Amino acid sequence: MTIRYHNILSLLVLALVLAIAMPGISHAELKIDITRGVVEPVPVAVTDFFGEGRGEKDFGQKIAGVVAADLERSGLFNPIDKKAFIQTGESLNLLPRFGDWRLIKTQALVQGRVEMTVDGRLKVEFRLWDVYAEQQMVGLAYFSVPSNWRRVAHIIADAIYQRVTGEDGYFDTRIVYIAETGPRTRRVKRLAIMDQDGENHRFLTDGTILVLTPRFSPTLQEITYLSYYNDIPRVYIFNIDSGRQERLGDFPNMNFAPRFSPDGKGVIMSMAKDGNSDIYIMDLATRKVTQITTHSAIDTGPSYSPDSKKIVFESDRSGVQQIYITDANGGKAKRISFGPKRARYATPVWSPRGDWIAFTRIFSGGTAIGVMRTDGSGERILAQSTARGDWVEGPTWAPNGRVLMYFRQEPADKQGRGGRTRLFTIDITGQNEREVVSPVDASDPAWSPLNP
Amino acid sequence: MRFKILSVIAVAGFLAACAAPGGGAGSVGGDYAPGSQEDLAVNVGDRVHFDFDKYNLLPEARYTLQQQAAWLAANEGVSITVEGHADERGTREYNLALGERRAQATADYLMVLGVSKGRVQTVSYGKERPEDPGSNEAAWAKNRRAVSVVK
Repeated sequence: MTIRYHNILSLLVLALVLAIAMPGISHAELKIDITRGVVEPVPVAVTDFFGEGRGEKDFGQKIAGVVAADLERSGLFNPIDKKAFIQTGESLNLLPRFGDWRLIKTQALVQGRVEMTVDGRLKVEFRLWDVYAEQQMVGLAYFSVPSNWRRVAHIIADAIYQRVTGEDGYFDTRIVYIAETGPRTRRVKRLAIMDQDGENHRFLTDGTILVLTPRFSPTLQEITYLSYYNDIPRVYIFNIDSGRQERLGDFPNMNFAPRFSPDGKGVIMSMAKDGNSDIYIMDLATRKVTQITTHSAIDTGPSYSPDSKKIVFESDRSGVQQIYITDANGGKAKRISFGPKRARYATPVWSPRGDWIAFTRIFSGGTAIGVMRTDGSGERILAQSTARGDWVEGPTWAPNGRVLMYFRQEPADKQGRGGRTRLFTIDITGQNEREVVSPVDASDPAWSPLNP
Repeated sequence: MRFKILSVIAVAGFLAACAAPGGGAGSVGGDYAPGSQEDLAVNVGDRVHFDFDKYNLLPEARYTLQQQAAWLAANEGVSITVEGHADERGTREYNLALGERRAQATADYLMVLGVSKGRVQTVSYGKERPEDPGSNEAAWAKNRRAVSVVK
């Protein structure tokens, strides 16, 4: 019996080896192809994880709830109402009665068990069953401090997503964003962070200083962002664990639109000099600054390719904002966006998979979130502003490169009422647009990598 | 550079045309302390406006800045920060860059008019600090501005 386990923070994972030999029923394996445009969600039954004691039972219910919610929000799974379940309780831990589950049209079954260990840790096991093939697809156990139960649930949801789609999950992630309150002329903006499902929300700054455009480090618990500390707009780094804020270098002029390099060792950004914005990269270890673009136009919104070899950015050098790609060490820039006449293309972000570039398009009074291939081909609009005159902007990629988050701002009336700003996600297939509920108005989202 | 040369020509034209009374430069009206923000705003005009996605100074903006330059000449101890702003119809980072351009174009013209570089700073607020909270043409026109703020 091979047991594979490794440490993730305070989580211990081990694979559950199926003890029961299954009869060899021939059946196509449960699999979702998420590259297809419209996918019929897989009916899944997420049963309350079994617990002996009251505390364990409670954790078991809550964990199952978070797993089901994650799977449902992905748009790829359709959790079946618990009331329809025929088989419940401890008997599930022996062996599911597949006939009972087929009867209520379940394709995937998730069951598990929660146990408090003598040293006060939570042990959570789960199994994913292919109901038609009558086979276990994955079985894992986790040990964690009880307060980490939500993370355990997200990790389980990621394991299920990964097993069924063949793609990495994105549920064990967080969102950093700008929380907005107050009137539009004196908007209070705070750095805030939450889990991707909106839970564990907290404000990172108190709102006395204007902050904008936060971006996660790919390697550390750090955020780079723009702060107006002392009314001087400069790029800062915020350490999530310590709360420490540090100005990045001592630039004589405004620097803005920061983003980490894929190895986390540099920050690429715009800097204005004599009113003109070009793109620069700062090495965080040596603080050496290298100029990437030199042009009298506005060059901003830089984002690295995941292999660090190229940089995508926006520039109005052709007259209005368009998307360009250049080598990471500078050189000639090549325009890749060629949309409808008078369309502006902005905020390019390279997918973590390297295959797509997400953007904001401004065209005939409205905006849209879209993706294009890295040579500019295959442009696809995913989410759009509506006839009410709202505005979408600022895409950010889930770490698996399959889902985008962005913000949507409603128009205000003459008195400035309205203007609500909210976060949404959408699949790169253009399906499954969902609001990410935040406690106050939200803009400038940035998706974290998978939690370490 | 071409921009600055054009500016100088515009100034010459203004000086020739504006021997007429009512220039108001350096004059004190109302009860505002000379050299104060209120004095600048009420008696001279503390802001100029721009066309959508543009940063070139319009004729009326040039006129206001000529008044500002004269006011600054009359109030030698005063330094200003030019705050550049954009309307909400642009992406955040681009609007920061656009606001910076507007602030710089404004500051450049003041310097062409003889204001010393050390007295003029710039800052951009992009679309973050609209003056008018509405989402309509009139509001957007008000919000595309560069405001001279007395330090």
